[in-house]
Amino acid sequence: MTDPHDAPEPAPPEVTNVSRRGFLKGFGAGTVATSLLSPAAMREAAAAENGGWTGPGEIPVSLKVNGTTRQLRVEPRVTLLDALRNRLDLTGPKKVCDRGTCGACTVLVDGHPAYSCSMLAVEAEGRAITTVEGIGTPEQMNAVQKAFVEHDAQQCGFCTPGFVTAATGFVRKHPNSTPEEICKGLGGNLCRCGTYAGMLLVAADLAKAKGGV
Amino acid sequence: MAKVDWPAADKRTLLGKRISRVDGPAKTTGAAKYSFDINRPGMLWAKLVTSAHPKAEVVSIDLSAATALPGVKASWKDEQVKEVQYVGQILAAVAAETEEIATEAARLVRVEYKPSEAIIRDSDPALAKDKPAAREQGKVEEALAKADVVHTGNYGCPVITHCCLESHGQVTDFKDGELLVWPSTQNVSRWADRLGEAVDVPQNKIRVDCQYMGGGFGSKFAYDRWGMIGATLSKQTGRPVKLMLERDVEMLIAGNRPSAYAKVKLGAQKDGLVTAVDTEVWGTSGVGGSIPDRFPYIFTEVPNARTTATRIMTNRGRAAAWRAPNHPQLCFITMSAFADLAAALKMDELEFFMKNAALTKDRAAVYQEELKIAADLIGYKQKAHPRGDKAAGPIKRGLGISMHTWGGRGHPSECDVTIHPDGSVEAKIATQDLGVGTRTCVGMVVAETLGLPLDRVKVEIGRSEYPPSGASGGSTTIGGISVSCRTAATNALNALLENVSKRLGVAADALEASGGAIRETAKPSNQISWKDACASLGPNPITKRGVNVPGDSEKANLTSQGVGGVQIADVSVDIETGVVTMNEMVAVQDCGLVVNLKLAESQVYGGLIMGITYALFEEAVYDVRTGQMLNADMEFYRLAGLQDVGTLKVHMMTGKDYDGRGVIGLGEPPVISPGAAIANAVANACGVRVPNLPLTPERVLTTLSQKGGLA
Repeated sequence: MTDPHDAPEPAPPEVTNVSRRGFLKGFGAGTVATSLLSPAAMREAAAAENGGWTGPGEIPVSLKVNGTTRQLRVEPRVTLLDALRNRLDLTGPKKVCDRGTCGACTVLVDGHPAYSCSMLAVEAEGRAITTVEGIGTPEQMNAVQKAFVEHDAQQCGFCTPGFVTAATGFVRKHPNSTPEEICKGLGGNLCRCGTYAGMLLVAADLAKAKGGV
Repeated sequence: MAKVDWPAADKRTLLGKRISRVDGPAKTTGAAKYSFDINRPGMLWAKLVTSAHPKAEVVSIDLSAATALPGVKASWKDEQVKEVQYVGQILAAVAAETEEIATEAARLVRVEYKPSEAIIRDSDPALAKDKPAAREQGKVEEALAKADVVHTGNYGCPVITHCCLESHGQVTDFKDGELLVWPSTQNVSRWADRLGEAVDVPQNKIRVDCQYMGGGFGSKFAYDRWGMIGATLSKQTGRPVKLMLERDVEMLIAGNRPSAYAKVKLGAQKDGLVTAVDTEVWGTSGVGGSIPDRFPYIFTEVPNARTTATRIMTNRGRAAAWRAPNHPQLCFITMSAFADLAAALKMDELEFFMKNAALTKDRAAVYQEELKIAADLIGYKQKAHPRGDKAAGPIKRGLGISMHTWGGRGHPSECDVTIHPDGSVEAKIATQDLGVGTRTCVGMVVAETLGLPLDRVKVEIGRSEYPPSGASGGSTTIGGISVSCRTAATNALNALLENVSKRLGVAADALEASGGAIRETAKPSNQISWKDACASLGPNPITKRGVNVPGDSEKANLTSQGVGGVQIADVSVDIETGVVTMNEMVAVQDCGLVVNLKLAESQVYGGLIMGITYALFEEAVYDVRTGQMLNADMEFYRLAGLQDVGTLKVHMMTGKDYDGRGVIGLGEPPVISPGAAIANAVANACGVRVPNLPLTPERVLTTLSQKGGLA
């Protein structure tokens, strides 16, 4: 088909080839020698020349997401969620409340479920971030994802990645949980369509899986 | 020839079975791309500037500081606006290279207002400018005077919002004179209706694509103002623009459910049969829309009924269809008053509703059957007690009943089914999947018709260039699409049968598609595999269209309308803290022929849970002085969580009597009764009526302290 809707979506330009030279140019020749430094060291060096301030413009950040290190440039105020969605095109985590209430943006940070809307991208640097895309694929779902499909614990599906990520993080950390404990573990996530009936069955399945997800 | 009629129950291979949704894996893994998730090369982010006041003259809108900000690429302002009517009214927009710059720029827009007095309060009919509208059948005053018992009560439910998890909006890409749009919509075929004239693009140059959408519930039919603004900003720049509403704006302006407060006077005979219903109702739908006024709910045969409805125009965002528009409010008010009358008569609630089901016209037998099933499922006989749980201790338990109805007639719909020479099959239809499983149902109907497994059918939905299909509103989708898909697949199959009839040596009308083969109905061993049958087509595929024409398909018993449902809630009320806890809730629901039992049950579970949410938690709280919504967020606008819903049981009415009616919509009916059933259960538990939803601890305690309760 030649429908332009079908055109592949190239990665947003910010993602590719962060130009360290271009970034450093603004801070004078003295910092060129830092071009082999990590983004964090680059920021420190830049801040040293900027009266101790980082930002307000874009700064380099290195994020380890789903096992791959990605270089990007974001303003310091950019949340991890916005960095993932807007810069890395990882749109599994959803922006819903944007205030740390609904859990739709949940990712794993060093294995722990975290609201990515309530964490800055710079704070996530150096930590292992797993989004729902890193948990499984349609062809190779993990046990949590399979249980969500089997028990139809999803309708519109907008909350589902957050629930799947939170559940995966919870049962990995607490392999001997009861279904009730798993439900409690999902208390930080909300659904609007009303898919909790299916999730109660998911929780029962996961309790049996003993953390093997 | 294959017939369009639904196959007999014993012949169905897919219809009515429990089948997982085909796009489940895409949704659970984040692979599903919603409109909010669309990122295009060179895309700009747009942010809106909205009114800070509920009513004010707009003196000026100054974009200069915003457009001077580096990275800002386009802007728009409302040139016509003279006065704002509600907080959140869109006044301007900016588009910039990043979301952060756009946010910053929107803050730099300076709007000068001259505020004036607004009407915010929605609970005082004296504030209404509209005249009350009255309707009467029979002679209400006379009937009330003659009644053996009269009950008067006040009941109310506040404005609630849609709170779609994916907020409203779209990505728009104006390129080469063509407008490509990825909106979050319930209406792929007609989302762009009249957008062309609004932004000066030929209507046929607008194409819409919505593969996944994150909830609509009645609030995502039209392109809306943000659709026009997105297209305008994209046209200005020649670049794609993403414009999704912020959560607070979504709650303020993207639709809400009207409030309804009522004074109800009922008259009944000693035996419990209601003879008169007098309802005065008032409420707001914000700056526009109607309020619920069809009283009494479902008991249309009450001989004497009068309704006086007063709409209060308030300076608040406009109402929109909210899952089963008006029915939940009508149901809550009527069923609460009826249950209170039963209590006044010292009559068992189940017996009372069983008797009054006779006043529902031709659905009485369905309700009575459903009441009986629901009562058995929840253990009514063992658990029921008169108003006021006499058990010791602060935890009081109670049961409450409600009944509801809905139409659910299939909408106009067209579908193309293609059978390719390699045996592959494709169905194309410009419908949408709101989360009910439309994609799955299209595939099931086509696969069933062609005697193929589900995974052999490629389903293409969500694009406006496909054959048109109605908006997903009024629970009309499943009836509409099942008939158009069934018809298209039957037409395509008949063309294939014609093609292979010579080879099998029998006429096409002696053939059928079954088990991945075309075979002689009377002599199944005379068959040809599906693959070989399709190979005989040569180079050209078969494409046939199927159309659902609502009146015709009803005559043919493919679809129909009018369903009934009964729900019973079992709750505990802590009379010391006022907390209401769901123990159990059962739903018994009829929806004609069930296409996919697993997905149908999901709809009913979802209805129950959404209903529990508005019964216990949801309320748009407005400050009457400033007109601000105080909980336009998801922390203080509460949705139920996984641990709030208790045990849920769903029973679908299936079998010959129901199947024979054809396919009927299901999305809306199950959300209607929970408010009434839960409120009745709370009244049964603590002995007094908590008159207003949501049943928060504060309301429960206030009622107990004012009315005494059972304790």
